[in-house]
Amino acid sequence: MKLFLSFCFAFSLLACAQEDTSITVIENDYEYEVITDQVNMPWGFDFFDDGRIIITDKSGEVYLYDDENTTKLSGFPEVYNRGQGGLLDVKIHPDYPKNPWIYFTYASIEGKAKGGHTAFARAQLTGSQLIDFEVLYKASPNTTKGVHFGSRIEFDHQGYVYISIGERGERDVNPQDISRDGGKIYRFHADGRIPNDNPFVNEDNAKKAIYSYGHRNPQGMEIHPKTGKIWVHEHGPRGGDEINIIKKAANYGWPVVTYGINYSGTTITDETQKPGMTQPIHYWVPSIAPSGMTFVDSNKYPHLNQNLLVGSLKFMYLEHLVLADNQVVKREKILDKIGRVRSVEQSPDGFIYVGVEGVGLVKILPKS
Amino acid sequence: MKVVVISSFLLCLSVLIWKSETSSINYLEQSQLTESIKRGQIVYNNFCMRCHLPDGSGVAGVYPPIANSNWLSEKRTESIKAVKYGLKGEIEVNAKVYNNMMSPMGLSDQEVVDVMNYIMNNFENKQKKPVTLSEVQDIKK
Repeated sequence: MKLFLSFCFAFSLLACAQEDTSITVIENDYEYEVITDQVNMPWGFDFFDDGRIIITDKSGEVYLYDDENTTKLSGFPEVYNRGQGGLLDVKIHPDYPKNPWIYFTYASIEGKAKGGHTAFARAQLTGSQLIDFEVLYKASPNTTKGVHFGSRIEFDHQGYVYISIGERGERDVNPQDISRDGGKIYRFHADGRIPNDNPFVNEDNAKKAIYSYGHRNPQGMEIHPKTGKIWVHEHGPRGGDEINIIKKAANYGWPVVTYGINYSGTTITDETQKPGMTQPIHYWVPSIAPSGMTFVDSNKYPHLNQNLLVGSLKFMYLEHLVLADNQVVKREKILDKIGRVRSVEQSPDGFIYVGVEGVGLVKILPKS
Repeated sequence: MKVVVISSFLLCLSVLIWKSETSSINYLEQSQLTESIKRGQIVYNNFCMRCHLPDGSGVAGVYPPIANSNWLSEKRTESIKAVKYGLKGEIEVNAKVYNNMMSPMGLSDQEVVDVMNYIMNNFENKQKKPVTLSEVQDIKK
Protein backbone atom coordinates (compact mmCIF):
# COMPACT_ATOMS: atom_id res chain seq x y z
CA MET A 1 0.00 0.00 0.00
CA LYS A 2 2.77 2.37 0.99
CA LEU A 3 4.66 1.57 -2.18
CA PHE A 4 1.53 2.17 -4.18
CA LEU A 5 0.96 5.49 -2.46
CA SER A 6 4.52 6.64 -3.10
CA PHE A 7 4.12 5.57 -6.70
CA CYS A 8 0.92 7.59 -6.95
CA PHE A 9 2.67 10.49 -5.30
CA ALA A 10 5.61 10.38 -7.69
CA PHE A 11 3.28 9.99 -10.63
CA SER A 12 1.10 12.86 -9.59
CA LEU A 13 4.18 15.06 -9.30
CA LEU A 14 5.10 14.13 -12.84
CA ALA A 15 1.58 14.90 -13.96
CA CYS A 16 2.11 18.47 -12.75
CA ALA A 17 0.04 17.72 -9.67
CA GLN A 18 -3.11 19.38 -10.94
CA GLU A 19 -5.45 16.48 -11.61
CA ASP A 20 -7.08 15.15 -8.45
CA THR A 21 -7.96 11.53 -9.08
CA SER A 22 -8.48 10.26 -5.55
CA ILE A 23 -11.71 12.14 -4.85
CA THR A 24 -15.25 11.30 -5.92
CA VAL A 25 -18.19 13.61 -6.44
CA ILE A 26 -21.16 12.90 -4.19
CA GLU A 27 -24.17 11.39 -5.90
CA ASN A 28 -27.22 13.55 -5.43
CA ASP A 29 -25.44 16.63 -4.02
CA TYR A 30 -26.84 18.57 -1.06
CA GLU A 31 -28.98 21.61 -1.68
CA TYR A 32 -28.30 24.82 0.14
CA GLU A 33 -29.97 28.05 1.08
CA VAL A 34 -28.21 31.42 0.96
CA ILE A 35 -28.61 32.87 4.47
CA THR A 36 -27.03 36.24 3.64
CA ASP A 37 -25.35 37.52 0.51
CA GLN A 38 -24.28 40.77 2.13
CA VAL A 39 -20.94 39.36 3.24
CA ASN A 40 -18.72 39.12 0.18
CA MET A 41 -15.72 37.40 1.79
CA PRO A 42 -17.07 35.45 4.79
CA TRP A 43 -13.71 34.59 6.32
CA GLY A 44 -14.98 33.30 9.65
CA PHE A 45 -18.23 33.06 11.59
CA ASP A 46 -19.61 31.78 14.87
CA PHE A 47 -22.99 31.26 16.51
CA PHE A 48 -24.60 32.79 19.57
CA ASP A 49 -26.90 30.44 21.46
CA ASP A 50 -29.91 32.54 20.48
CA GLY A 51 -29.28 31.78 16.81
CA ARG A 52 -27.56 35.02 15.78
CA ILE A 53 -24.38 34.64 13.73
CA ILE A 54 -21.33 36.90 13.84
CA ILE A 55 -19.44 36.98 10.54
CA THR A 56 -16.09 38.51 9.57
CA ASP A 57 -15.43 39.86 6.08
CA LYS A 58 -11.82 39.97 4.91
CA SER A 59 -12.23 43.66 4.02
CA GLY A 60 -12.41 44.48 7.72
CA GLU A 61 -16.16 44.56 8.34
CA VAL A 62 -17.86 42.54 11.06
CA TYR A 63 -21.49 41.55 10.50
CA LEU A 64 -24.27 40.27 12.74
CA TYR A 65 -26.98 38.10 11.21
CA ASP A 66 -30.15 37.83 13.26
CA ASP A 67 -32.63 35.84 11.16
CA GLU A 68 -33.92 38.86 9.28
CA ASN A 69 -31.18 41.41 8.96
CA THR A 70 -27.45 41.45 8.37
CA THR A 71 -26.08 44.41 10.30
CA LYS A 72 -22.62 45.93 10.04
CA LEU A 73 -21.00 46.28 13.46
CA SER A 74 -18.96 49.31 14.41
CA GLY A 75 -15.88 49.43 16.61
CA PHE A 76 -13.42 47.15 14.84
CA PRO A 77 -10.11 48.90 14.06
CA GLU A 78 -8.69 49.16 10.57
CA VAL A 79 -7.13 45.96 9.27
CA TYR A 80 -4.16 45.47 6.94
CA ASN A 81 -6.10 44.36 3.89
CA ARG A 82 -3.34 43.21 1.58
CA GLY A 83 -2.89 39.97 -0.33
CA GLN A 84 -4.10 37.18 1.94
CA GLY A 85 -4.24 39.55 4.93
CA GLY A 86 -7.29 41.30 6.31
CA LEU A 87 -9.90 40.51 8.94
CA LEU A 88 -9.61 36.77 9.53
CA ASP A 89 -11.35 34.53 12.08
CA VAL A 90 -13.92 35.13 14.82
CA LYS A 91 -14.79 32.95 17.82
CA ILE A 92 -17.29 33.50 20.62
CA HIS A 93 -16.15 32.32 24.05
CA PRO A 94 -17.72 28.88 24.67
CA ASP A 95 -19.24 30.12 27.96
CA TYR A 96 -20.89 33.16 26.37
CA PRO A 97 -22.66 35.18 27.75
CA LYS A 98 -21.26 34.24 31.18
CA ASN A 99 -17.90 35.05 29.62
CA PRO A 100 -18.82 37.99 27.34
CA TRP A 101 -15.74 38.09 25.09
CA ILE A 102 -15.61 37.59 21.33
CA TYR A 103 -12.20 36.79 19.81
CA PHE A 104 -10.74 37.87 16.48
CA THR A 105 -7.60 37.37 14.42
CA TYR A 106 -6.65 39.89 11.74
CA ALA A 107 -3.71 41.36 9.86
CA SER A 108 -2.53 44.46 11.68
CA ILE A 109 0.03 47.22 11.05
CA GLU A 110 0.66 47.70 14.77
CA GLY A 111 4.41 47.80 15.47
CA LYS A 112 7.50 49.58 14.23
CA ALA A 113 8.26 47.92 10.91
CA LYS A 114 6.41 48.68 7.68
CA GLY A 115 3.79 46.15 6.63
CA GLY A 116 1.68 43.90 8.80
CA HIS A 117 1.46 40.68 10.77
CA THR A 118 -1.29 38.69 12.45
CA ALA A 119 -2.91 40.02 15.63
CA PHE A 120 -5.22 38.33 18.15
CA ALA A 121 -7.78 40.48 19.96
CA ARG A 122 -11.07 40.37 21.81
CA ALA A 123 -14.05 42.68 22.20
CA GLN A 124 -17.59 42.68 23.56
CA LEU A 125 -20.81 43.17 21.66
CA THR A 126 -23.44 45.63 22.70
CA GLY A 127 -26.22 46.42 20.25
CA SER A 128 -24.45 46.78 16.93
CA GLN A 129 -21.21 47.98 18.51
CA LEU A 130 -18.02 46.19 19.43
CA ILE A 131 -16.63 47.73 22.59
CA ASP A 132 -13.66 47.26 24.94
CA PHE A 133 -11.49 46.13 22.04
CA GLU A 134 -8.28 44.68 23.42
CA VAL A 135 -5.25 43.31 21.55
CA LEU A 136 -4.05 40.12 23.26
CA TYR A 137 -1.14 39.27 20.96
CA LYS A 138 0.54 40.82 17.95
CA ALA A 139 3.09 38.85 15.93
CA SER A 140 6.19 40.65 14.72
CA PRO A 141 8.09 41.83 12.79
CA ASN A 142 5.75 43.29 10.19
CA THR A 143 6.43 42.63 6.53
CA THR A 144 4.84 43.94 3.33
CA LYS A 145 4.66 40.40 1.97
CA GLY A 146 1.09 39.49 1.10
CA VAL A 147 1.03 35.84 2.12
CA HIS A 148 0.55 33.40 5.01
CA PHE A 149 -1.13 35.23 7.87
CA GLY A 150 -3.13 32.12 8.94
CA SER A 151 -5.41 32.23 10.92
CA ARG A 152 -8.00 30.36 12.97
CA ILE A 153 -9.09 30.47 16.61
CA GLU A 154 -10.30 27.51 18.72
CA PHE A 155 -10.99 26.77 22.39
CA ASP A 156 -10.33 23.42 24.04
CA HIS A 157 -12.35 21.86 26.85
CA GLN A 158 -9.94 23.16 29.49
CA GLY A 159 -10.61 26.77 28.51
CA TYR A 160 -7.37 27.42 26.66
CA VAL A 161 -7.59 29.28 23.38
CA TYR A 162 -5.43 28.38 20.37
CA ILE A 163 -4.63 30.51 17.34
CA SER A 164 -2.65 29.81 14.19
CA ILE A 165 -0.29 32.24 12.46
CA GLY A 166 1.28 31.50 9.06
CA GLU A 167 4.96 31.96 8.25
CA ARG A 168 4.49 35.22 6.33
CA GLY A 169 6.39 34.11 3.25
CA GLU A 170 9.62 33.50 5.22
CA ARG A 171 9.80 29.75 5.19
CA ASP A 172 13.56 29.55 5.76
CA VAL A 173 13.47 31.99 8.65
CA ASN A 174 10.30 31.60 10.71
CA PRO A 175 8.70 28.15 11.03
CA GLN A 176 11.62 26.27 12.59
CA ASP A 177 12.73 29.11 14.89
CA ILE A 178 10.79 29.35 18.16
CA SER A 179 12.30 32.76 18.87
CA ARG A 180 10.36 34.12 15.89
CA ASP A 181 6.66 34.53 15.17
CA GLY A 182 4.95 32.80 12.25
CA GLY A 183 4.48 29.19 11.23
CA LYS A 184 3.20 28.37 14.73
CA ILE A 185 0.17 27.35 16.77
CA TYR A 186 -0.12 29.52 19.90
CA ARG A 187 -1.91 28.81 23.18
CA PHE A 188 -3.30 31.35 25.65
CA HIS A 189 -5.60 31.64 28.62
CA ALA A 190 -8.90 33.21 27.62
CA ASP A 191 -7.72 36.59 28.97
CA GLY A 192 -4.60 36.51 26.81
CA ARG A 193 -2.13 35.47 29.51
CA ILE A 194 0.41 32.87 28.49
CA PRO A 195 -0.10 29.59 30.39
CA ASN A 196 2.91 28.76 32.55
CA ASP A 197 2.87 25.19 31.24
CA ASN A 198 3.25 26.24 27.64
CA PRO A 199 6.12 24.17 26.24
CA PHE A 200 8.73 26.89 25.67
CA VAL A 201 8.13 29.23 28.61
CA ASN A 202 11.52 28.41 30.09
CA GLU A 203 13.51 28.68 26.86
CA ASP A 204 15.58 31.83 26.44
CA ASN A 205 14.40 34.08 23.62
CA ALA A 206 11.46 31.81 22.78
CA LYS A 207 8.08 33.31 21.99
CA LYS A 208 6.40 31.89 25.07
CA ALA A 209 2.93 31.66 23.53
CA ILE A 210 4.09 29.02 21.02
CA TYR A 211 2.46 25.61 21.45
CA SER A 212 3.68 23.86 18.27
CA TYR A 213 5.82 24.88 15.29
CA GLY A 214 7.00 23.96 11.80
CA HIS A 215 3.69 25.04 10.20
CA ARG A 216 3.23 26.81 6.88
CA ASN A 217 -0.14 28.53 6.65
CA PRO A 218 -2.89 27.01 8.82
CA GLN A 219 -6.39 28.23 7.94
CA GLY A 220 -8.44 25.49 9.57
CA MET A 221 -8.63 24.54 13.26
CA GLU A 222 -11.27 22.58 15.11
CA ILE A 223 -11.62 20.63 18.32
CA HIS A 224 -12.55 16.98 17.87
CA PRO A 225 -16.00 16.53 19.43
CA LYS A 226 -15.11 13.20 21.07
CA THR A 227 -11.37 13.27 21.84
CA GLY A 228 -11.08 17.00 22.57
CA LYS A 229 -7.89 17.17 20.51
CA ILE A 230 -7.15 20.21 18.36
CA TRP A 231 -7.04 19.41 14.66
CA VAL A 232 -5.40 21.84 12.23
CA HIS A 233 -5.00 21.87 8.49
CA GLU A 234 -2.56 23.98 6.55
CA HIS A 235 -1.80 25.02 2.99
CA GLY A 236 1.18 23.29 1.45
CA PRO A 237 3.03 24.83 -1.49
CA ARG A 238 2.31 22.93 -4.72
CA GLY A 239 1.00 19.74 -3.16
CA GLY A 240 1.45 18.94 0.50
CA ASP A 241 -1.52 20.52 2.24
CA GLU A 242 -1.77 18.71 5.57
CA ILE A 243 -4.08 17.77 8.43
CA ASN A 244 -2.30 17.56 11.78
CA ILE A 245 -3.45 16.74 15.30
CA ILE A 246 -1.74 19.28 17.51
CA LYS A 247 0.58 18.06 20.24
CA LYS A 248 2.40 20.25 22.71
CA ALA A 249 5.93 21.25 21.55
CA ALA A 250 5.64 19.19 18.37
CA ASN A 251 7.48 20.20 15.21
CA TYR A 252 5.39 19.62 12.07
CA GLY A 253 8.40 19.91 9.83
CA TRP A 254 7.88 22.77 7.39
CA PRO A 255 10.01 23.37 5.33
CA VAL A 256 12.47 20.64 6.33
CA VAL A 257 10.02 17.90 5.38
CA THR A 258 7.04 18.29 3.06
CA TYR A 259 4.94 16.37 0.55
CA GLY A 260 4.90 19.45 -1.67
CA ILE A 261 7.19 21.08 -4.20
CA ASN A 262 7.85 24.68 -5.21
CA TYR A 263 5.26 26.41 -7.38
CA SER A 264 7.87 26.42 -10.14
CA GLY A 265 8.06 22.61 -10.00
CA THR A 266 11.50 22.48 -8.40
CA THR A 267 12.17 20.47 -5.25
CA ILE A 268 12.06 21.97 -1.75
CA THR A 269 13.47 18.88 -0.08
CA ASP A 270 13.62 15.16 -0.83
CA GLU A 271 12.55 14.38 2.72
CA THR A 272 8.96 13.69 3.64
CA GLN A 273 9.76 12.53 7.15
CA LYS A 274 12.45 12.86 9.77
CA PRO A 275 12.85 11.80 13.40
CA GLY A 276 11.52 14.49 15.71
CA MET A 277 9.09 15.80 13.11
CA THR A 278 5.45 14.84 13.38
CA GLN A 279 3.79 13.30 10.33
CA PRO A 280 0.43 14.63 9.17
CA ILE A 281 -2.54 12.28 9.50
CA HIS A 282 -3.45 13.24 5.94
CA TYR A 283 -1.86 15.18 3.11
CA TRP A 284 -3.25 16.41 -0.20
CA VAL A 285 -1.48 16.11 -3.54
CA PRO A 286 -2.49 18.10 -5.50
CA SER A 287 -3.25 20.94 -3.12
CA ILE A 288 -6.90 21.80 -2.66
CA ALA A 289 -6.04 25.09 -0.85
CA PRO A 290 -7.91 24.18 2.35
CA SER A 291 -9.72 26.83 4.37
CA GLY A 292 -12.18 26.30 7.18
CA MET A 293 -12.89 23.00 8.89
CA THR A 294 -15.55 21.40 11.03
CA PHE A 295 -16.39 18.01 12.42
CA VAL A 296 -19.95 16.96 11.81
CA ASP A 297 -21.54 15.86 15.07
CA SER A 298 -25.17 16.01 14.08
CA ASN A 299 -27.87 13.50 13.19
CA LYS A 300 -29.26 15.93 10.62
CA TYR A 301 -26.75 14.68 8.06
CA PRO A 302 -26.35 10.91 8.54
CA HIS A 303 -24.05 10.67 5.50
CA LEU A 304 -21.63 13.22 6.99
CA ASN A 305 -21.97 12.46 10.68
CA GLN A 306 -18.70 12.01 12.65
CA ASN A 307 -16.68 12.99 9.61
CA LEU A 308 -14.68 16.08 8.70
CA LEU A 309 -15.59 18.90 6.32
CA VAL A 310 -12.90 21.12 4.77
CA GLY A 311 -13.37 23.98 2.30
CA SER A 312 -11.42 24.04 -0.96
CA LEU A 313 -10.59 27.52 -2.19
CA LYS A 314 -8.90 26.24 -5.30
CA PHE A 315 -11.39 23.70 -6.61
CA MET A 316 -14.46 25.47 -5.23
CA TYR A 317 -16.18 22.70 -3.32
CA LEU A 318 -16.59 21.45 0.24
CA GLU A 319 -14.57 18.32 0.91
CA HIS A 320 -16.14 15.51 2.95
CA LEU A 321 -13.40 13.42 4.55
CA VAL A 322 -14.63 10.10 5.89
CA LEU A 323 -12.70 9.23 9.04
CA ALA A 324 -11.88 5.92 10.67
CA ASP A 325 -9.53 5.82 13.67
CA ASN A 326 -8.20 9.30 12.96
CA GLN A 327 -7.37 8.38 9.37
CA VAL A 328 -8.94 9.65 6.17
CA VAL A 329 -10.41 6.65 4.37
CA LYS A 330 -12.45 8.39 1.69
CA ARG A 331 -12.72 11.84 0.11
CA GLU A 332 -15.83 13.22 -1.52
CA LYS A 333 -16.80 16.55 -3.10
CA ILE A 334 -20.00 18.16 -1.90
CA LEU A 335 -21.46 21.52 -2.96
CA ASP A 336 -19.39 21.01 -6.10
CA LYS A 337 -18.52 24.25 -7.96
CA ILE A 338 -20.25 26.46 -5.40
CA GLY A 339 -17.32 28.91 -5.28
CA ARG A 340 -14.23 29.45 -3.17
CA VAL A 341 -15.14 27.85 0.17
CA ARG A 342 -13.55 29.93 2.92
CA SER A 343 -15.20 28.76 6.12
CA VAL A 344 -17.44 25.99 7.47
CA GLU A 345 -19.04 25.52 10.90
CA GLN A 346 -21.75 23.48 12.59
CA SER A 347 -24.38 25.49 14.46
CA PRO A 348 -25.43 24.59 18.02
CA ASP A 349 -28.68 23.12 16.62
CA GLY A 350 -26.76 20.84 14.26
CA PHE A 351 -26.89 22.58 10.87
CA ILE A 352 -23.86 23.05 8.66
CA TYR A 353 -23.14 26.58 7.42
CA VAL A 354 -20.58 27.42 4.77
CA GLY A 355 -18.92 30.76 3.93
CA VAL A 356 -18.32 31.08 0.19
CA GLU A 357 -16.41 33.97 -1.40
CA GLY A 358 -18.62 36.04 -3.66
CA VAL A 359 -21.73 34.10 -2.58
CA GLY A 360 -22.12 34.75 1.15
CA LEU A 361 -23.12 32.49 4.01
CA VAL A 362 -25.09 29.39 3.03
CA LYS A 363 -26.80 26.63 5.01
CA ILE A 364 -26.62 23.02 3.81
CA LEU A 365 -30.13 21.57 3.72
CA PRO A 366 -30.46 18.07 5.18
CA LYS A 367 -31.89 15.49 2.80
CA SER A 368 -35.45 14.62 3.67
CA MET B 1 18.76 29.53 -11.69
CA LYS B 2 18.52 28.40 -15.29
CA VAL B 3 14.96 29.68 -15.40
CA VAL B 4 16.11 33.04 -14.09
CA VAL B 5 18.89 33.25 -16.68
CA ILE B 6 16.61 32.24 -19.50
CA SER B 7 13.79 34.50 -18.43
CA SER B 8 16.14 37.47 -17.96
CA PHE B 9 17.54 36.74 -21.41
CA LEU B 10 14.02 36.64 -22.83
CA LEU B 11 13.18 39.78 -20.93
CA CYS B 12 16.21 41.60 -22.37
CA LEU B 13 15.43 40.26 -25.79
CA SER B 14 11.82 41.31 -25.63
CA VAL B 15 12.80 44.72 -24.37
CA LEU B 16 15.30 45.03 -27.26
CA ILE B 17 12.76 44.00 -29.84
CA TRP B 18 10.20 46.20 -28.28
CA LYS B 19 12.65 49.11 -28.22
CA SER B 20 13.52 48.75 -31.85
CA GLU B 21 9.84 48.89 -32.69
CA THR B 22 9.01 51.99 -30.72
CA SER B 23 11.22 54.87 -31.62
CA SER B 24 8.83 57.27 -29.91
CA ILE B 25 9.80 56.02 -26.48
CA ASN B 26 12.92 57.68 -25.25
CA TYR B 27 15.73 56.20 -23.28
CA LEU B 28 14.50 57.54 -19.93
CA GLU B 29 11.08 55.97 -20.34
CA GLN B 30 12.77 52.78 -21.41
CA SER B 31 14.89 52.49 -18.31
CA GLN B 32 11.92 53.42 -16.13
CA LEU B 33 9.96 50.59 -17.72
CA THR B 34 12.81 48.15 -17.11
CA GLU B 35 12.88 49.15 -13.45
CA SER B 36 9.10 48.91 -13.21
CA ILE B 37 9.16 45.40 -14.70
CA LYS B 38 11.84 44.38 -12.22
CA ARG B 39 9.76 45.57 -9.26
CA GLY B 40 6.69 44.01 -10.83
CA GLN B 41 8.29 40.58 -10.79
CA ILE B 42 8.57 40.79 -6.99
CA VAL B 43 4.91 41.78 -6.74
CA TYR B 44 3.94 38.93 -9.08
CA ASN B 45 5.85 36.33 -7.07
CA ASN B 46 4.34 37.58 -3.84
CA PHE B 47 0.70 38.13 -4.82
CA CYS B 48 -0.12 36.34 -8.09
CA MET B 49 2.16 33.36 -8.56
CA ARG B 50 0.40 30.95 -6.19
CA CYS B 51 -2.68 30.83 -8.39
CA HIS B 52 -1.47 31.94 -11.81
CA LEU B 53 1.76 29.92 -11.41
CA PRO B 54 5.37 30.94 -12.08
CA ASP B 55 4.97 30.59 -15.85
CA GLY B 56 1.63 32.41 -15.92
CA SER B 57 -0.18 29.35 -17.22
CA GLY B 58 -2.88 29.35 -14.52
CA VAL B 59 -5.05 26.30 -13.82
CA ALA B 60 -7.47 25.27 -16.55
CA GLY B 61 -11.03 26.08 -15.56
CA VAL B 62 -9.99 27.58 -12.21
CA TYR B 63 -7.42 30.37 -12.54
CA PRO B 64 -7.19 31.98 -15.99
CA PRO B 65 -3.82 32.09 -17.74
CA ILE B 66 -1.80 35.28 -17.85
CA ALA B 67 0.59 33.76 -20.37
CA ASN B 68 -0.26 34.62 -23.95
CA SER B 69 -3.61 35.90 -22.69
CA ASN B 70 -6.05 37.53 -25.08
CA TRP B 71 -7.89 39.06 -22.11
CA LEU B 72 -4.73 40.89 -21.09
CA SER B 73 -3.94 42.10 -24.60
CA GLU B 74 -7.50 43.06 -25.54
CA LYS B 75 -8.83 44.36 -22.24
CA ARG B 76 -6.19 46.70 -20.90
CA THR B 77 -8.47 48.79 -18.67
CA GLU B 78 -10.33 45.78 -17.29
CA SER B 79 -7.00 44.08 -16.58
CA ILE B 80 -5.70 47.05 -14.60
CA LYS B 81 -9.04 47.32 -12.83
CA ALA B 82 -8.91 43.63 -11.86
CA VAL B 83 -5.44 43.97 -10.38
CA LYS B 84 -6.44 47.16 -8.56
CA TYR B 85 -9.87 46.19 -7.23
CA GLY B 86 -10.23 42.42 -7.72
CA LEU B 87 -12.49 40.59 -10.11
CA LYS B 88 -15.67 38.58 -9.76
CA GLY B 89 -17.84 36.67 -12.22
CA GLU B 90 -17.58 35.15 -15.62
CA ILE B 91 -14.79 36.03 -18.06
CA GLU B 92 -13.54 34.33 -21.19
CA VAL B 93 -9.80 33.92 -21.62
CA ASN B 94 -8.25 32.21 -24.63
CA ALA B 95 -11.66 30.77 -25.53
CA LYS B 96 -12.21 29.20 -22.09
CA VAL B 97 -14.80 30.42 -19.59
CA TYR B 98 -13.73 31.20 -16.00
CA ASN B 99 -16.20 31.97 -13.25
CA ASN B 100 -14.28 32.67 -10.08
CA MET B 101 -13.40 35.47 -7.75
CA MET B 102 -10.10 37.25 -7.22
CA SER B 103 -10.14 39.28 -4.05
CA PRO B 104 -8.70 42.80 -4.05
CA MET B 105 -4.97 42.47 -3.37
CA GLY B 106 -4.51 45.78 -1.53
CA LEU B 107 -1.63 46.85 -3.78
CA SER B 108 -0.45 50.45 -3.99
CA ASP B 109 -1.07 52.13 -7.35
CA GLN B 110 2.64 51.95 -8.09
CA GLU B 111 2.62 48.21 -7.39
CA VAL B 112 -0.30 47.84 -9.81
CA VAL B 113 1.74 49.72 -12.45
CA ASP B 114 4.76 47.51 -11.86
CA VAL B 115 2.99 44.15 -11.88
CA MET B 116 1.02 45.15 -15.00
CA ASN B 117 4.23 46.09 -16.78
CA TYR B 118 5.76 42.82 -15.66
CA ILE B 119 2.96 40.59 -16.90
CA MET B 120 2.48 42.62 -20.09
CA ASN B 121 6.11 42.08 -21.02
CA ASN B 122 6.47 38.48 -19.92
CA PHE B 123 4.81 35.13 -20.48
CA GLU B 124 4.69 35.68 -24.25
CA ASN B 125 2.78 38.94 -23.80
CA LYS B 126 4.10 41.97 -25.66
CA GLN B 127 2.50 45.27 -24.85
CA LYS B 128 4.03 48.28 -26.55
CA LYS B 129 2.56 50.96 -24.33
CA PRO B 130 3.82 50.88 -20.73
CA VAL B 131 1.27 51.25 -17.94
CA THR B 132 1.76 54.54 -16.09
CA LEU B 133 0.92 55.70 -12.61
CA SER B 134 -1.60 58.28 -13.81
CA GLU B 135 -3.31 55.63 -15.93
CA VAL B 136 -3.77 53.41 -12.86
CA GLN B 137 -4.85 56.34 -10.69
CA ASP B 138 -7.52 57.30 -13.22
CA ILE B 139 -9.15 53.89 -13.18
CA LYS B 140 -11.99 53.89 -10.68
CA LYS B 141 -14.15 51.05 -9.37
